[in-house]
Amino acid sequence: MDYLLTEEQIMIRDLARKIAQEKIKPVAAEFDRTEKFPHEIIKIIAESDLFGLFIPEEYGGMSVGVMNLCLATEELSRACGGIAVCYAASALGTFPIVLFGNDAQKRKYLPDLAKGKKVAAFGITEPEAGSDASGIKTTARKEGDYYILNGLKHFITNGGDAETYTVIAMTDKTKGARGASAFIVEKGTPGFTFGKKEDKLGIRASSTTELIFTDCKIPKENLLAKEGMGFIVTMRTFDMSRPGVAAQALGIAQGALDTAVKYAKERVQFGKSISSFQGIQWMLADMATEIEAARALVYSTARMVDAGKTDVSKESAMAKLFASDVAMKVSTDAVQILGGYGYMKDYPAEKYMRDAKITQIYEGTNQIQRNIIALKLIKEMGR
Amino acid sequence: MNIIVCIKQVPETTEVRINPETNTLIREGVKSIVNPFDMYAIEEAVRLKERFGGKITVITMGPPQAEAALKEAIAMGADEGILVCDRAFAGSDTWATSYTLAGAIKKLGAFDLILCGKQASDGDTAQVGPGIAAHMDIPQVTYVKKVEEATDKFMRVERMLEEGFERIETPLPALMTVVKEINEPRIPSLKGMMRAKSAKITTWGQKDLNLDPQNIGLCGSPTQVVKIFTPPQRTGGQVFQGEASEVAAKIVELIKDEVH
Repeated sequence: MDYLLTEEQIMIRDLARKIAQEKIKPVAAEFDRTEKFPHEIIKIIAESDLFGLFIPEEYGGMSVGVMNLCLATEELSRACGGIAVCYAASALGTFPIVLFGNDAQKRKYLPDLAKGKKVAAFGITEPEAGSDASGIKTTARKEGDYYILNGLKHFITNGGDAETYTVIAMTDKTKGARGASAFIVEKGTPGFTFGKKEDKLGIRASSTTELIFTDCKIPKENLLAKEGMGFIVTMRTFDMSRPGVAAQALGIAQGALDTAVKYAKERVQFGKSISSFQGIQWMLADMATEIEAARALVYSTARMVDAGKTDVSKESAMAKLFASDVAMKVSTDAVQILGGYGYMKDYPAEKYMRDAKITQIYEGTNQIQRNIIALKLIKEMGR
Repeated sequence: MNIIVCIKQVPETTEVRINPETNTLIREGVKSIVNPFDMYAIEEAVRLKERFGGKITVITMGPPQAEAALKEAIAMGADEGILVCDRAFAGSDTWATSYTLAGAIKKLGAFDLILCGKQASDGDTAQVGPGIAAHMDIPQVTYVKKVEEATDKFMRVERMLEEGFERIETPLPALMTVVKEINEPRIPSLKGMMRAKSAKITTWGQKDLNLDPQNIGLCGSPTQVVKIFTPPQRTGGQVFQGEASEVAAKIVELIKDEVH
């Protein structure tokens, strides 16, 4: 389908595709196996300016375009969902500064993030605060010119490898959700350490760790927006980043389909290429159709965000929900088409399936996405 | 350091098909790319510029669409592109091509270094680089695999041989052709691509270069292509089956017959 991309968008897509196909695809299986953070690849992505896609020009970026970010994330994910998420999670950690940072904060942090010299991460999840973000126990206590952070974050993508962290902590527990605030914490700050690195099913090139705060003292200038704005920062950030997760799912689905089509054409059984069998053809046709529907939804949502629509929670949730469910189904079908080979790590199909699963879970489980959509529907009906 | 990089646009395939009637390459339906060996020359030029500053001018001789190759070089970090393009240059062999490119380089003025890929992936002659050096009457070092030292006066490089390498020091200006061992070409940056998109390519024809008409194009080309053909596919050969000792005896007999 022709999405009438601008010349600039085609350039971004083709550049990301070139990096993905030439530099990432050949090493994707190795990074998956070794669970190494792909510093070399991140450097290549950085030198290509793609980290600047979510940062305004005045702070060293290339403008903020969610559509552009989606195009890049999709192409990178098509080669490796794990390496792509290192990139996309940096966008997630950067958006709070782009959206809510004051000029001084932006000047201090964004230029290095735009150039990819530093990678960012976003820290909200805790052992007892997953879908229910109001359960956050990490605290930030104000003392003079500082905030003192205490608590534990877990499942943090890019944990340990990122330099710049946006962390949500409670400044006033009595106020519940309105007592949460967002802070910028730099790696190396005394009292800020990393705990267990998770051994994951998929996206294994990306690191997922605990963030541990023990009387971690940060300057009061590192507070984003105002005290009590933590959940607003989070929600607005997710509105911006969910199309990105959807794009990641889309790329994984497309990569799985590419693999399945290529294999179906090459594999001969009963004296014929299996792509000549209707059973296989119909599977491939359904996979391609579902991917195209997901792409239309993701791109439309991204374009809404770029057009300045602020109320995009429902559409963002729909894009993330649908694209990730498509990724799971398509990658599972790709494994099926490859048969026994699909189940083996020598072939790329099973990795797409493992990488796809997380997109149904993180940045709000698909059940939470359905809650968001339903609540919005009911609210709209009540008007 | 002022560097000139000579590049060529080639079809993106190693399986070039040939029109048996005209003896020319079939280019229709084949995507054009920068000759892969030239990518190493562009990359090395950009690295030298990053170290010493200066300017990189990329030159190509070819049809109007070869402008895309120059833009790709600009996206990687070259400053300027010059397209040498004229119907009068059509049919040039390596002699006429190197003469024409040398003419364009002379028009450009002072430079320190000319870089070329070791050969083009379509013609595979490896003659145009050395030809330019001869027409310019400057030193040449072919098959460079490493730059050891570079100043504005001289360069010391390693030149790849079939067994081992030579270390060569040459005064500048000089021409070098590079092999793929020298570096890993970068992926262009988005900013570079945007710069390339708006870059203005200078086109020079025969009237700009004012070359000797006897030395350009088809009539300036001493090479005559008599015939081009696709070699016949190798057949499977003869297969012997049976006990090893019997087969061995048969082969020995066959060899004896062949020798006599």
